[in-house]
Formats: sequence, structure tokens, C-alpha cells
Amino acid sequence: MHIVVCIKQVPDSAQIRVHPVTNTIMRQGVPSIVNPYDLFSLEEALRLRDRLGGAVTVVTMGPPSAVESLRKCLTYGADRAVLLTDRFFAGSDTLATSYALSKAIEKIGAAFCAPDIVFAGKQTIDGDTAQVGPGIARRLGLVQLTYIQKVVACDTAAGTLTVERRAEGGTQTLATRLPCLVTMLEGVNEIRRGTIQDALRAARAEIVTWSAAEAGIEDVTRCGLRGSPTVVKRVFAPPPRAEKAATVDVSGRPAADADALLDAVVARRPALATDLATLIAGY
Amino acid sequence: MKKELPEHFKAYRHVWVFVELERGHVHPVSWELIGEGRKLADKLGVELAGVVMGAPGAGTLEAAAEAFAYGADLVYLVEHETLGDYRNEPYAKALTDLVGTHKPEILLLGATTLGRDLAGAVATTLATGLTADCTELAVDADKSLAATRPTFGGSLLCTIYTLNFRPQMATVRPRVMAMPERREGRTGRVVPFTPDLEESAILTKLLSFMPDRTSAKNNLAHADVVVAGGLGLQSAENLQLVRRLAGAMGAEFGCSRPLVQKGWMPADRQIGQTGKTIRPKLYIAAGISGAIQHRVGVDGADTIVAINTDANAPIMAFAHLAIVTDAIRLLPALAEAVTRRFSPHSRDRIAG
Ligand SMILES: Cc1cc2nc3c(=O)[nH]c(=O)nc-3n(C[C@H](O)[C@H](O)[C@H](O)COP(=O)(O)OP(=O)(O)OC[C@H]3O[C@@H](n4cnc5c(N)ncnc54)[C@H](O)[C@@H]3O)c2cc1C
Ligand SMILES: Cc1cc2nc3c(=O)[nH]c(=O)nc-3n(C[C@H](O)[C@H](O)[C@H](O)COP(=O)(O)OP(=O)(O)OC[C@H]3O[C@@H](n4cnc5c(N)ncnc54)[C@H](O)[C@@H]3O)c2cc1C
Repeated sequence: MHIVVCIKQVPDSAQIRVHPVTNTIMRQGVPSIVNPYDLFSLEEALRLRDRLGGAVTVVTMGPPSAVESLRKCLTYGADRAVLLTDRFFAGSDTLATSYALSKAIEKIGAAFCAPDIVFAGKQTIDGDTAQVGPGIARRLGLVQLTYIQKVVACDTAAGTLTVERRAEGGTQTLATRLPCLVTMLEGVNEIRRGTIQDALRAARAEIVTWSAAEAGIEDVTRCGLRGSPTVVKRVFAPPPRAEKAATVDVSGRPAADADALLDAVVARRPALATDLATLIAGY
Repeated sequence: MKKELPEHFKAYRHVWVFVELERGHVHPVSWELIGEGRKLADKLGVELAGVVMGAPGAGTLEAAAEAFAYGADLVYLVEHETLGDYRNEPYAKALTDLVGTHKPEILLLGATTLGRDLAGAVATTLATGLTADCTELAVDADKSLAATRPTFGGSLLCTIYTLNFRPQMATVRPRVMAMPERREGRTGRVVPFTPDLEESAILTKLLSFMPDRTSAKNNLAHADVVVAGGLGLQSAENLQLVRRLAGAMGAEFGCSRPLVQKGWMPADRQIGQTGKTIRPKLYIAAGISGAIQHRVGVDGADTIVAINTDANAPIMAFAHLAIVTDAIRLLPALAEAVTRRFSPHSRDRIAG
């Protein structure tokens, strides 16, 4: 069984600071991490490989520094890592990103072994669109199974996969044919720590690195900015509300301040007094 | 950048909203989008269509009638046996074919699990742009769709266009847009569309569906009063103060994202871009700085109260009322004051 897992290197949002005056993000010194959502998919892939045999290949499209995230995935136990890197990819939106990744996955299939399952994360913590997984599935003509909370059964001989999917208002149990694309829900498993052997292997492992041409992309106009139908035209700070926040005077005595705050709330919206009385009575 | 729109896209006209019908029930985000789509269509001087898909008779006509009541001019009615429960393959194929046949210039979907799954597939097949999780939609002077969404990290928004491709697609999360007024008796045209689908050609089969127990879900998204805590509360124990105040007010409680990341609150209590969007009458934010990702989740609240030690915190730019003080000391006093003033029992006591 061959499983490909798409991972993205993202800035660690927990360490991002916003410049207090200019409102812009201060990226300097912010460490990069593997997109946290991708680790649930990687863990599921590793479990399937442990159970059914085969190999897990991780792939990312990103700058040369993204090898760090690929190596991290090898320390968890992935077998092989592929970096797709080229200046033609700069500025890709989700359509261009899924195009490049689908080409790379086809090439991985040709160079190593065609994948039975392609995993992607549910979404990223930076772009946060959840569009790349479905995009890759469409381009490769694979069935897409998003928001999966459990892989119930995988029968490689019969070529079938059964999963539980989080839907609006309930859980679907779905059966489909391999190959397919799966995105896992967050919190459904926990990434393993990996063994010492994995860590040693990861440190030395050769990362397969492909340019656009090496990945089999002939038409680079479908990549990067040129291949992206969406155009970011304007970045701006949200306007403050016309009315500035009215500040409640503080005395330093909490009981008095609480009363002053409630007075101000009711003065602004008298109906809230009735609403609160009703809510409290019904509680 | 802005080029002349390619000739073959010029026939693309009108605004469409995908009406998310599942198990006889329409997701409210669809009506919110009908309200928003109505404004865009009026500005463009075009028609607003709802797209209703489902198995024949499974609430499709009712959904169409509702779409008219909320403001649609017409409904594309796509009925087929394979469209009973949501599955990506038949839905994506039917919607893609419908777009190819009737050519909308704008296509809006809810950013739900269904909408995101469907929109990503359809936009890729159509090779057009899709802007995710928009918080504002507008049309420019040159009639292109300006879709605004928060950007990563900073307190900034960005406006994204799909200039040279059609349709221009966008998703919007539930409760970001206001619910439009429903007018009984409004009608419109029903345009049937027969999709080219066959069960035997669909690879994915639904084995079972297990509905959520409703009691397991909290009512945060629909509560009239919400109290939330942020990192300013400094410890998991102090979050009890938020819960207690919410309890005293008959309100729901919530939190900012870092508290979920620290494991201090469950994920379904997170408010903001990657959590829940709320539209309460009263929102009290204690020890929350008001980052853009939090703000977009609460902008629809009628009255926002900030309790913060920092008079210059970003939340001061969008709160209606602010009190610059230590939330850890104020919250218990506030719970007491609320009970004293608004609880019927205490009023009885005073009266008696
Ligand atoms: C603030 C901001 C807003 C944006 N808004 C939009 C928008 O509305 N529409 C749009 O089309 N583009 C948008 N983009 C561009 C988009 O982020 C990029 O196309 C990006 O390359 C992938 O999208 P994503 O991060 O949203 O991934 P998602 O679609 O959320 O990612 C889902 C999964 O796909 C896989 N994946 C994603 N990227 C890669 C990669 N480079 N390598 C390997 N696997 C990957 C991962 O498994 C990931 O978990 C935006 C970018 C930013 C920074
Ligand atoms: C892609 C992405 C998505 C995100 N999605 C969300 C989301 O959905 N929801 C969300 O909330 N965040 C989200 N965030 C995180 C967001 O950017 C902020 O980091 C977060 O909202 C900050 O949380 P906070 O206000 O609790 O903490 P902080 O920013 O640390 O603010 C703490 C505040 O408490 C005040 N304070 C300190 N002590 C006291 C005291 N004793 N009494 C009163 N006030 C005090 C401080 O002055 C400060 O203003 C997201 C970030 C990213 C990158």
C-alpha cells in the first residue's frame, strides 16, 4: 500500500506578534511548523501502513526551507519525502497549488508507486481555505472524503475503504473505492513521537527535490501568480466603529464598578433589562 | 491585472446561492446568503437564483418556496434519486453541469462542511477562483465581486477578486451575514434541471447516517447573551468566573482561541474566524485583546462590552462599552450585581 500525505509548512501562529502601531504581523524570528491539521492525516496514514504494510510519502510545495518540515515528518516515521520547489510557484492560490501538487503526485506515482490513498489536512492555519484537498482530488479524478473522523476499514485486496465522515447534523458512514483522497478531522488521533531510528534516519535522509519541470509540469503559466484566478487587490486595517467605545468610569471597588457597567449597558439598550430578566427567570 | 473579460465569459450573468438542503432541512446560512445575494443582484441589476438539489419530493419544493420568501427571483430545481443524502460526486457533477448550462456570474455557498467540500471541487473543475470564508461581499464600480476576508496573523483584512474567470465563487460562514426578512406569499419561477447522473456510476455509497444528539451541542451560535474569556484571565481556574457570570445571566459562555489551544476550554466554545460566529444582543469579552480573527466572529453583536486592563487594546476600536479594569476582580461582582438587579426571586424578596 502506498500512501501520499500532503503537508504544508506554516508559521507557528502561537508565536506571531502583531505590531502594536502598524497592525502588521511581525514575521521575523517566527518559527515554522508543520501545519497542525496535517499531523492528524499523517498519523492516520502511518497507522494504515503499520497495519497493512507499504510506504508513506510526504510531499510539500514550498520554499527550500520547507525541507525542515519534511524532515520532521520523517522523524514521525514517514518513509520518503518530496519537496516541490520553484520560483514559478510563488503567489499560488488554491487552484494553482492543487494543480502543482496533483502533478507532483502523478510524478510520485510514476517514480515510485501509484498511491492508494492521498491524504491532506482538513485546512491550514495560515490560508485556512480547506480548498486544496478537494482541488487535488478533482484534478486527479479521485473520490474525495473530507472531515473524516474514523477510518473504519481498508481492504486493499478488494480496493475498498469505509470511513465515518462528520457531516452537517450527524455522522455519515461511507464506503468507496480506492484510490481516493482523505482529509482527517482534528483531534481524532495523536501524532506518534517516532523512534530513535526514525530520528537518525530523518537526519540523514535524502529529500527528493523537484523543480516544476522535474515534477512534469510543462505549462508553468498554470502555476504561481499567473495560474491563480484569484487576485488579492487590497490589504487594509478594519475601520473602527463610527462610535468610539464609551468608557465606564472606574472607582476601583468591583461592586460599584459592576453596577456602573450594568447602568451603562441598560442606558444604551433599555430592552436588555427585560431580556436579561426573561433569560434569568427561564434559566 | 484587470483585463477585458474573455468573450466566452460575457454570457455569465446573475447571482446564484446554493441552498443547502439536507434531510428535509435547509441550513440557515443559505437564507443569510439569499439576503446578501439579493443586495448584490440589485446592485448589478440582475436576477437572484437559488439552487435547490435533492431527491424528488424530499423537501425540495418547500425549500424553493422558502427561497422565494427570502428574496430569490427564481430557483433551479435539481432533483434526482442520487441526490438524497449529500455525497460529493453527484452533487459536484450536478452543480458543475448546472453552472455550465445556465452560467452565473457569482456563485455563493455556505462555508459549512457540505459547502466547503462542494465548493472546492466545483471551483477546481470550472478552473475558477474561490474565496473562502468571506466576511463582506460587495460589487465594485466595474461590477466585479469584491470578496473580503481576514488575513493571517495581523489585524488586517484583504479584498480578493476573480477578475478574468467566471463564475466568481465565494463561501461565507454561518451567521456572518444577517438573516433577511421573510415575506410570506412572495413567489418566483421554478426552472427544473435534470442532471446526468446514474447511481451505478457513483463510487461512494452511504451505508448509514447517525444524527447528532441535539442535547450534546451548545447554543453558543444562537444565544442572546454571551460571556467570553481570554488569555487575560490568566488561568484555567479563573475561567470559572466566566462560567459563573454566564450562569447568572442565563447566557452562553465562550473563549478566544488560545484558551482552546491550552486545553482550558473545549473547541466548541471558541469564538472567531476558526471557531463560532455569534450575533448576540449582548457580548461581554473579558481579558480578550480583540485580534481580527476574534473580531470577525463577534462583529454582528448588537452591544459589545470589553473588560480589559489595557485602554489601548484593539478591542477598544470595536467595543461599544469598555471598562478598564481587572476582569478577575470585576467578574464575580458583576455576577452578583446581575442577580441582584434582574433575578425575579431577588426582586420578590425586595418587594416582599
Ligand atoms: C490570508 C490568506 C488568504 C487566502 N485566501 C485565499 C482564498 O480565499 N482563495 C484562494 O484560492 N487562495 C487563498 N489564499 C492562498 C492560499 O493560502 C494558497 O493557495 C496556499 O498555497 C494553499 O491554501 P491554504 O493554505 O488555504 O490550504 P488549505 O486548502 O486550507 O489546505 C488543505 C490541505 O492541503 C494541503 N496543502 C495546502 N497547501 C499545500 C502545500 N503548499 N504543499 C503541500 N500540501 C499543501 C495540506 O494537506 C493542507 O492541510 C490565501 C492565502 C492567505 C495567506
Ligand atoms: C489563522 C488564525 C485563526 C485564528 N482564529 C481565531 C479564532 O477563531 N478566535 C480567536 O479568538 N482567535 C483566533 N486566532 C488567534 C488570534 O490571532 C489571537 O491570538 C487571539 O484571539 C488572542 O487571544 P486573547 O485575546 O485571549 O489573548 P491576548 O491577545 O493575549 O489578549 C489578552 C488580553 O487580556 C488583557 N488582560 C490581561 N490581564 C487582564 C486582566 N487581569 N483583566 C482584564 N484584561 C486583562 C490584555 O490587556 C490583553 O488585551 C487565530 C489566529 C490565526 C493565525
